[in-house]
Amino acid sequence: MSGYSITEPSLRQKWVAGALVAFYAIVTILPLVWIIATGFKSSADAIAYPPKVVFAPSLEGYVNLFTTQTRQTAEYFASHPPETWYERIVQSKGLTIAGPSRFGERFMNSVIIGFGSTFLSVFLGTLAAYAFSRFKVPLKDDLMFFILSTRMMPPIAVAIPIFLMFRSLGLSDTHAGMILLYTAVNLSLSVWLLKGFIDEIPQEYEEAALIDGYTRFQAFTKVVLPQAATGIASTAIFCLIFAWNEYAFAVLLTSGTAQTAPPFIPTIIGNAGQDWPAVAAGATLFLLPVMVFTILLRKHLLRGITFGAVRK
Amino acid sequence: MAQIRIDSLRKDFGAFTAVQSSSFTIEDGEFFMLLGPSGCGKTTTLRMMAGLEMPSAGQIYIDGEEVGRKPASQRDIAFVFQMFALYPHMNVRRNISYPLISQGMGRRAVRAKVEEVSRILGITDILDRPVGGLSGGDRQRVALGRAIVREPKAFFMDEPLGALDAEFREHMAEELRALHDRMGATTVYVTHDQLEAMQMGDKIVVMNHGVVEQFGVPQEIYDWPATLFVAQFIGSPPMNFLRFEGSVAPGDAVVTIGSFVQGIPQLREGHAGELVLGVRPEHLRLDDGSDYRAVVRAVEYLGTTQIITLEAEHGEVKARVSSRDTVRVDQTTGLAFNERTLTLFDAGTGRALRSAANEEVLRHG
Repeated sequence: MSGYSITEPSLRQKWVAGALVAFYAIVTILPLVWIIATGFKSSADAIAYPPKVVFAPSLEGYVNLFTTQTRQTAEYFASHPPETWYERIVQSKGLTIAGPSRFGERFMNSVIIGFGSTFLSVFLGTLAAYAFSRFKVPLKDDLMFFILSTRMMPPIAVAIPIFLMFRSLGLSDTHAGMILLYTAVNLSLSVWLLKGFIDEIPQEYEEAALIDGYTRFQAFTKVVLPQAATGIASTAIFCLIFAWNEYAFAVLLTSGTAQTAPPFIPTIIGNAGQDWPAVAAGATLFLLPVMVFTILLRKHLLRGITFGAVRK
Repeated sequence: MAQIRIDSLRKDFGAFTAVQSSSFTIEDGEFFMLLGPSGCGKTTTLRMMAGLEMPSAGQIYIDGEEVGRKPASQRDIAFVFQMFALYPHMNVRRNISYPLISQGMGRRAVRAKVEEVSRILGITDILDRPVGGLSGGDRQRVALGRAIVREPKAFFMDEPLGALDAEFREHMAEELRALHDRMGATTVYVTHDQLEAMQMGDKIVVMNHGVVEQFGVPQEIYDWPATLFVAQFIGSPPMNFLRFEGSVAPGDAVVTIGSFVQGIPQLREGHAGELVLGVRPEHLRLDDGSDYRAVVRAVEYLGTTQIITLEAEHGEVKARVSSRDTVRVDQTTGLAFNERTLTLFDAGTGRALRSAANEEVLRHG
């Protein structure tokens, strides 16, 4: 192992290290900050050149994101004065709110499909991983490789067969279909990750439980699962991030009822000119659930990443 | 409390045979040691008795009932693992309560029982601590607590002192033995440490390569080993072996080693060919009057005794003599054997030849 010294780093080394970390943080965080900021700009500020760093905040983007709007005459506005803050924002551009947009629905689709498939892949993955880890499974190594191999092809390579299968099975543009698909894709990841975690749990714990008078299933739920919590949490994060961000399958297999947010957000651009604040607002809201989920499980994730690295 | 009987027990892992045809009986209330080098099948035997491993053949009886196919949870036994296997997500109290909860015991009864057991083990003050931060000795006590709280028919222990440091091991061994004497429960204890086995066990089974080599009380096994393996495995330093060509017949009370004639316990069987004379270091004397000559190669001072390493015609031997004797390296001396303690082995099969002295022991070993 290199890069680790037992002497205290010098002040200069600390400065260099600090500067590198700061630079990396700027590179990764700046685009995020820009997107979040753009969501709060007016349409004019968003496309201003040179770009504006200081601007008057506006909720125009968010209002546009959640509503559909139509043009109205001056007489109409005179007889219908704006009643709420968002109506005022819309009227200032000579428009009126015609109804809610589809963003809320699409966002809910993402939530249902993302969390649903995550739950299923972690649930099935844990059971499969436990079986592979603890029991004599015939052709164990070949089966494990087979499971992994499902992930080797890029989505686009299997897109057409899956599209045809989904069409004939009536799964196109359904929640069940998308959950099924993402679960299938994530299972290989979750079985492999979780098998590693469960392998690290000494078998003696379960044997102790078996001798203490518990059944194999009770030993699994009461002793193995709490021990595997870290692994389950980090696996869940990886599965959710994949299902949440997935674009290729979503754009191909969904168009309405089950369309998720990733294929929907780009369509906002075309609605009324190039509405960058609305796109940025959509992207910001889209980021939130995964961020919250990751922050909630952060402790587990960190432990998960370094799991098994150090012999206890 | 229970008598445990093992009958022709066998375990194969694929092509590898871990245990072949073991048979022995553990009497009710005995502290029983399964002793052998690593890989000899002692742990596998114990795990089969506990129900953690399915036997390939043979029977296991606990109190006369055949349990070979029963799951561990129905055998009413307790198991102490080498690494203790305390449930890491529970505190000490929960760990000890766990076997009682599975039996559906009421909360108040569980609490009382756990308090009682922790008083016996002296761990009342750590009951509410998580098991993660405990010292090795306390973990050991908690593991014991979890085992005894249910008052099972028998205790099975797989090298329970193996994870402790040497200093503490001695203390824990005494504590364990005292606990056993207090509870009187049948205990089966796996170890590779012959000293531990001699010190704690009522009876010992010595295993090697999946085969039971000998079975009996510690002193019988020490004095009258049934095989060369046992003779060498038990005792520190082990039994000395003088290898020679010769022949003996039933009824002989002497053996001729080269030109030296040595008296031995009267033989009950004969053998011609390669023979081994076994003698414990403490049964050798340095005696200038003896015709069997040897050269002193090394002297180890051990306080009251000293170990003398000598080179003789038929191999290197070690003698344990009083520290008061003055012995110089390179000095040539005579060796006298205590003839009532000698064992003659057939070098080919490794088995001891039956004699007037050991036939009683070998009959049931």
